[in-house]
Amino acid sequence: MSALPEIVNPVEPLLRTERMPHIWCPGCGIGTTVNCFARALLESQRNLDRVAVVSGIGCSGRVAGYVKLDSFHTTHGRAIPFATGLKLANPSLEVVVYSGDGDLFAIGGNHFIHAARRNVDIKVICVNNLIYAMTGGQTGPATPSTAITATAPYGCYEPSFNLCALAEAAGASYVARWTTFHVRQLTKSMGEVLRKRGFCFIEVLSPCPTLYQRRNKMGDGLDTMKFYKEKSRVRNGAPTSEVALTKDGEIAVGKFVDRERPDYIESMRGRLSEQLGDRYVEMECPVCQ
Amino acid sequence: MQADPRGVLTGIHFIDGDHACCEGALAAGARFAAGYPITPSTEVVERFAARIPTVGGIFIQMEDELAASITIQGAVWGGAKAFTVTSGPGFSLMMEHIGYAAMTETPCVFVNVQRGGPSTGLPTLPAQADMMQARWGSHGDYEIIALSPNSPQECFDLTVRAFNLSEEYRTPVMFMMDECVGHMTEKVVIPPAEQVEVYPRRHTRRAPGAYKPYEPEADLVPEMVHAGEGYRFHITGLTHDEWGYPNMNVATQDRLVRRLQQKIRAAEDRLTMVDEHGLEDAEVVVVSYGITSRVAERAIEMARQRGVKAGRCRLIGVWPFPDRHLKALAARVKAFVVPEINLGQIAREGERAAGGAARTIPVTHAGGGVHRPQDILEAIMEAAR
Ligand SMILES: Cc1ncc(C[n+]2csc(CCOP(=O)(O)OP(=O)(O)O)c2C)c(N)n1
Ligand code: SF4
Repeated sequence: MSALPEIVNPVEPLLRTERMPHIWCPGCGIGTTVNCFARALLESQRNLDRVAVVSGIGCSGRVAGYVKLDSFHTTHGRAIPFATGLKLANPSLEVVVYSGDGDLFAIGGNHFIHAARRNVDIKVICVNNLIYAMTGGQTGPATPSTAITATAPYGCYEPSFNLCALAEAAGASYVARWTTFHVRQLTKSMGEVLRKRGFCFIEVLSPCPTLYQRRNKMGDGLDTMKFYKEKSRVRNGAPTSEVALTKDGEIAVGKFVDRERPDYIESMRGRLSEQLGDRYVEMECPVCQ
Repeated sequence: MQADPRGVLTGIHFIDGDHACCEGALAAGARFAAGYPITPSTEVVERFAARIPTVGGIFIQMEDELAASITIQGAVWGGAKAFTVTSGPGFSLMMEHIGYAAMTETPCVFVNVQRGGPSTGLPTLPAQADMMQARWGSHGDYEIIALSPNSPQECFDLTVRAFNLSEEYRTPVMFMMDECVGHMTEKVVIPPAEQVEVYPRRHTRRAPGAYKPYEPEADLVPEMVHAGEGYRFHITGLTHDEWGYPNMNVATQDRLVRRLQQKIRAAEDRLTMVDEHGLEDAEVVVVSYGITSRVAERAIEMARQRGVKAGRCRLIGVWPFPDRHLKALAARVKAFVVPEINLGQIAREGERAAGGAARTIPVTHAGGGVHRPQDILEAIMEAAR
């Protein structure tokens, strides 16, 4: 009997396999996004020693712990300012922030808008499961009106954030939205932001069957894929003001913004060298060769 | 290691404590600062913002102190030496990230130019009422190092030391100034770079496969690496094992938290930094720190003139508290008099260290000014009775 060829998942070298099994539930979408991210990284041919992932706290915030890259699991809401310091101290790094909708837009919302305004060259991937999953499914800033959550047992009555419109208004250089059904498009978008300079934002709609779909009688992970397939419509270039999400309505996906703006370091360098001339000394990256 | 001469403004200056602190940071090799404006500390970063582009580094004004206190930690893991500067309300906002730095063993310096509190309190007036907050402000058990300067010269010298200690012990160091020292202008001598000793980052020499991020050395401090060097390491504020991976069980928690405490406690004697005078024959010792130590000096003089053998024990390092040192001192004197611009935070520590061997008399002040020497004198006279 000939030995079966060993089958290795091509993304395996990018995962901390010694930490498997991971903590995510069956049907959870977070792993799907990580798979897309790993593929995008491999395709990008980047030096993976120079890619760092920074996460906040939450189920999505655990991504940093599973990718075999320099990775930082920070505090709730503060992945972006940590990433800002990391990127500015060592501009040769590609810094990717990977976190949840609550982490990035509730407790961390202030940091999101200011990093976008500054156009810090970091790439923010938001796994949007419409809920605070890690803590048991409470309302978050992306929870759609009428959805049932642990803290909105009669249905949510707050309006939700349109994350893409917020990102654009704050100054992001790149804004896209996909769902975990759109793995190819998501992988492509992730590849694009890895090549782009400036503050880039990708929102990925992702199921939390355990806490969101179940409570809202929307089925399991597979049912959510069907839901995404039926409800989504590719609307590349659509004005972000028109892509707000509702509980059961259309899900506009696509790349909405892709524009050029000087990033933080360029702006700083430009202004300081203009004002100081030869006296301006650029920060010596302590660890770049 | 000698200081990088680009950051050392060698010469004799007439500057205030805030400015001297900034120069200390530059001399120590800080090339990254993040801050958010707040009186009476802002001058530190204002000077840094003006100086750093010609030294080679970055200042970024963040959207709040929550951001500033973690941005510096990102910069540290990117390879820089970094610090943030604040006062009262901003210090309160930084607490979670002091814990993060303690847990992840991120060397960095938090400067707090203390003003009156609680809350917005007295924005422009002095206090020393954040001493316990500096020690215990973040949740959970951890140990901290805190220094307290009493002059602009010390704002320079001790800021350098604060950075050095943060690197040596891989811990956040609290630099506890007060409004008076921050805004007091005096002569500050900045030595030539070759006379400024700088503690380098404890970077590992191990190759990526052979390195564990949280494997402690003999002094219980692990070696460090930076992002981008090929180690593919993981850092988390969760309870973690030697690999840096989350491992949430009683045994790992016990090992980690006790080590974080022990790496500093075991070094208590080395970290005891006091400035003492007149203790040979003293019956009463005035234990003070920061600006209050200068007022106390007058009271000690007046007591001596009245025939009372009073002496000085000024705490330069406040945390870890010099327990053993004060315990030994308590055995040979009648009393400690502890003036401070708060309602008795360090006095209680002195009393604890004395363990009943000497009396402890607090001289409290709610903030907004300094003590009258007479008030301290009265306590000394009472102690001598
Ligand atoms: C300062 C602070 N407040 C609250 C928490 C508790 N907490 C942990 S995760 C989380 C919400 C995470 O939600 P989200 O970012 O949407 O991520 P998800 O778990 O849904 O992936 C909260 C509130 C915390 N860790 N820290
Ligand atoms: S609780 Fe929800 S988001 Fe968290 S792992 Fe489970 S399915 Fe995923």
